[in-house]
Amino acid sequence: MANWDWQVFCKNTVDGEVVPRCFGDNGDITYLDWLLSAWGWTASVSALALLVALAFGVLMGILRTTPSKALVFIGDAWTELFRNIPVLVQVFLWYFVIPELVPPLKQVPSFLLVVLALGFFTSARVSEQIKAGIQSLPKGQRYAGLAMGLTLPQTYRYVLLPMAFRIVVPPLTSESMGIVKNSSVAFSVSVAELTMFARQAQEETSRGIEIYLAVTGLYYLTSILVYQVAKLIEQRVRIPGQTSGGK
Amino acid sequence: MKKSLLVAAALLALGTAQADTLKKIKDTGTITLGVRESSGALSYTLGDGKFVGFHTEMAEHITSDLRKKLGLSALTIKYQPVTSQNRIPLIENGTVDLECGSTTNNAARQKQVAFAVTTYVEEVRIAVKANSGITGIAQLNGKNVATTTGTTSVQLLRKHEKATGVDFKEVFGKDHADSFLLLESGRADAFVMDGQILAGSIAKSKSPADYKIVGEVLNVEPIACMLAKDDAPFKAAVDDSIKAMMKSGELAKLYDKWFLQPIPPTSARVGLPLSEATRMAWSNPNDKPAEDYAKK
Repeated sequence: MANWDWQVFCKNTVDGEVVPRCFGDNGDITYLDWLLSAWGWTASVSALALLVALAFGVLMGILRTTPSKALVFIGDAWTELFRNIPVLVQVFLWYFVIPELVPPLKQVPSFLLVVLALGFFTSARVSEQIKAGIQSLPKGQRYAGLAMGLTLPQTYRYVLLPMAFRIVVPPLTSESMGIVKNSSVAFSVSVAELTMFARQAQEETSRGIEIYLAVTGLYYLTSILVYQVAKLIEQRVRIPGQTSGGK
Repeated sequence: MKKSLLVAAALLALGTAQADTLKKIKDTGTITLGVRESSGALSYTLGDGKFVGFHTEMAEHITSDLRKKLGLSALTIKYQPVTSQNRIPLIENGTVDLECGSTTNNAARQKQVAFAVTTYVEEVRIAVKANSGITGIAQLNGKNVATTTGTTSVQLLRKHEKATGVDFKEVFGKDHADSFLLLESGRADAFVMDGQILAGSIAKSKSPADYKIVGEVLNVEPIACMLAKDDAPFKAAVDDSIKAMMKSGELAKLYDKWFLQPIPPTSARVGLPLSEATRMAWSNPNDKPAEDYAKK
């Protein structure tokens, strides 16, 4: 422990000199500036990918529970396609392979491609959870809704989904925390997020242990924040007497 | 209980204060060599736990010299693959006795570990597509420049941008194969990296004639074997062995074998003739850090 050197974060990234007050100026940055910006990239990739994952995951999950065979097929095909390919391979497909087939994609920043890749990968998992949530409701609820004269979309909107969403909040919380950690794949396509920072900064400073500890801490902190937000949501939407939100 | 703890603590303190690698090798009859899985022709794996390369074979020569020096009838070599991330900690905690891969000797690292005399001087160069018309770093203004995360080249580009006002768009591959793919697929216009890695990547590519290495030498870095700090007898033994190989021409033979002749597994040639800088390092053996080279 004695030979730890936390000053490393105050070093300028160009000449390695320790900067007073730890933040660079005049366009120079310190490793601390870089760490914070990398954290920002990790947070941005995770947040946008989560939006994509929820949007597509919920849609596909719902399709898989409808009476229409064609819609079920679309939902199933989507889910199986994206959950059966490792996430790193998907990122590479989006970055290297698909742009060869669709040349305009070469102009799209790698940040957006990785958001799509990570979002679609996670959407397959979300779809599975949404489907499980809807199927966990007694069949009678769906029939009751339809019997009252509600259309199928109305039945979903007013009867099934309000219950199903509450049931799936806990597994979706894990998924959201998972996306923060999975966002580390973005480093492989040149997004300057935390994992890339760790690999590069430890090489430049030879202070791997300090750098990795700081990065680990930030991943942990981010996941905990996501968890706290999800817990808040879970409590706010809880209906007394329902098992889903009960304590 | 308390006493034994104290003794243990004292032993630990001793262990960290002074490493006696020669004694450890003699007592255990084994030496742990740090090797790399893919560091160009310097050190790489053929799979199945087999490690080869210029520096790996050199390290095997060193161990046989150590065996003779210690008067052992047999010395078992344990190969421990290391990465850029873990090589220094593994030397510091004694897991690895001698690491001969592609480690740059620099001042920051000399605070943590020691280096044997420099055996290879790396020159950082630029690889481009042969038909791109790019001949130097000045023409890379506004272009996409690929390099590999976790290498000194990233910092080198940053310094260069700062010093000259040339504005690159950097793209980072996660390993050298990835960075070369960036160049191959046109996402990058140039790939800046150690010369032997560029030469190796081009030799292994689908059509080596489509690429060439151009422009000025951007940086020179001494590459050396790494060993524990403050273990003068071990360093002297390793250095003596290397110096003898330099003198006898053995090292030049090894260089020829790994950099000019076809090498396994695909029998490709790296095709990188001995550089003037490396020749200089062999004729005046030294363990100067990269910073001393930059001053020249």
